[in-house]
Amino acid sequence: MRIAIASGKGGTGKTTLATNLATMLAGRGVTVRLLDADVEEPDCHLFLRPEVERREPVSVLVPTVDEERCTACGVCAEVCAFHAITMIGSTVLVFPELCHSCGACSLLCPEEAISEEGRDTGVVEYGTVTAGDRPVFPLVTGVLSVGEAKAVPTTRATIASLDGVAEDVILIDAPPGTSCPVIEAVRGSDLVVLVTEPTPFGLHDLTLAVDMVRALGLRCVVAVNRADLGDDGVRRYCAAEGLEIVLELPNDRRIAEAYARGELLLDAVDGLEEMLGALWEHIVAAAYRLEVTS
Amino acid sequence: MTPPRELVVISGKGGTGKTSVVAAFAALAGGAVLADCDVDAADLHLVLHPELGQEHPFSGRRQAIIDPDECTACGRCAEVCRFAAVLGTLDDGYSVDPIACEGCELCRRICPAEAIRMEPVVNGAWMVSETRFGPLVHARLGVAEDNSGKLVTLVRNEARRVAQERGLPLVIVDGSPGIGCPVISSLAGADLVLAVTEPTVSGRHDLDRVLQVVRQFRLPFAVCVNKADLNPDLGEQIAAEATAAGAAFVASVAYDPAVTHAQVAGTDIIDYGGRAAAEITTVWEAVGDALLAAAERDVHDA
Repeated sequence: MRIAIASGKGGTGKTTLATNLATMLAGRGVTVRLLDADVEEPDCHLFLRPEVERREPVSVLVPTVDEERCTACGVCAEVCAFHAITMIGSTVLVFPELCHSCGACSLLCPEEAISEEGRDTGVVEYGTVTAGDRPVFPLVTGVLSVGEAKAVPTTRATIASLDGVAEDVILIDAPPGTSCPVIEAVRGSDLVVLVTEPTPFGLHDLTLAVDMVRALGLRCVVAVNRADLGDDGVRRYCAAEGLEIVLELPNDRRIAEAYARGELLLDAVDGLEEMLGALWEHIVAAAYRLEVTS
Repeated sequence: MTPPRELVVISGKGGTGKTSVVAAFAALAGGAVLADCDVDAADLHLVLHPELGQEHPFSGRRQAIIDPDECTACGRCAEVCRFAAVLGTLDDGYSVDPIACEGCELCRRICPAEAIRMEPVVNGAWMVSETRFGPLVHARLGVAEDNSGKLVTLVRNEARRVAQERGLPLVIVDGSPGIGCPVISSLAGADLVLAVTEPTVSGRHDLDRVLQVVRQFRLPFAVCVNKADLNPDLGEQIAAEATAAGAAFVASVAYDPAVTHAQVAGTDIIDYGGRAAAEITTVWEAVGDALLAAAERDVHDA
């Protein structure tokens, strides 16, 4: 079963939920794998301190021009929809950071003067979480290189690492927002858990996230963090939209302080294990229900 | 007149209080142009209650459309598409997945039956609205849409245009979380970048990454540690690291439930008052000084 944890608004508690849920499940003997797909700002490792065993670079293809063969005909610049190639006089200039790796230039160059070579824009780290006497589980982290604009190839590579894995439960910590990297992270999930907080910003961004999930043909449930803060707008919205609220985490200073120190809440807050256990039952029921109806 | 100055507020980590700080700055500035560049999840309007301006459609990309009447189902398009955007089989014919298509146009160019055309995708809208503190340029990106960077650039350009038109000296940009394309698009050419963070291990980690981007662009920056009393030691550590990295100033704001209360009441924290309001006012004064210093440097360099 593949569960994505996402949110419209940032800072609502995706990472908190993902790291604690994974740890709780592993503790109960469930085989679980956690993917940190928030490649711009991956933070799960700060709370889980994995031992990283392997790093695989994420390489994207960019054109390289063989000047011997190039006749400066300009076809490559003309066919590039992303303005990643331009002609300065009779020289072809490539802007690799604008390239979408579509392959048009190399395929359409009449002189076969363009080949493609790999350019690293990120890395996927394979690690194992071995905190204390708790059972171990794998953590895979996608990390976008600083200064790179395009997150999607690294997100895609992180998700692609799931091919052929054996764990029963896959948890994905998705980036905030509703645009391309988020879609890449949540696609293919059996259920999306949308984390929010009961404030006007939380509500507004939740509605966007719900629209995104539905546009992708996926289903979702809602987890409300700092549940006693703010107003009842999120609850009313969920009731009206038929969205199940699977967790209400209180606005507790102990939680905030433990998070600030980089600790798991399981270690810091009494009763959290039970709350997460109940959450997991709701998630399984929701995913199972959706499977039956779809 | 001199071109408007531009303050860009970012955070790395989401949920640190960017938008609340920007709304407070809007109240304190009394006559700046506001640009909501968190086009993925634009929230500034929720506290500024603008009178909405006219919506302009935004098209960030084009998408391939296969004409089923012309298509001979040769499958060449599916073969060359790097984005797995061409769906179908030799038997059933082909169509394009509108979400996966990046608009590279390669399929149209190689289709032997000339059955493919490109159409602009309207994937957002932008508008210039009026708030009690001045004009707000904001946008909405269609759900599941790409190219937020282009829309961010458009919003910033419009904000600068509006500032010049109305003779307003400052543009305040509410940026997006992360370090990728929308953030990079909101940074280029800023006069001052203010990074709002929080004293948590993730706040510190994410600030470090986004400041690396800011420094690659060689932009002047300052740091505001929000909810500083949550972990004073870590707050001080973040402040020391930011100072060592060359921050123009580092300020801190205490956690104050009034910030959430103000948001629920649909107003800005300055209007609401309290400790955070007073401390954000101090941050705003430091921003003013840093912008002046940047302007003086520019005059000197010129």
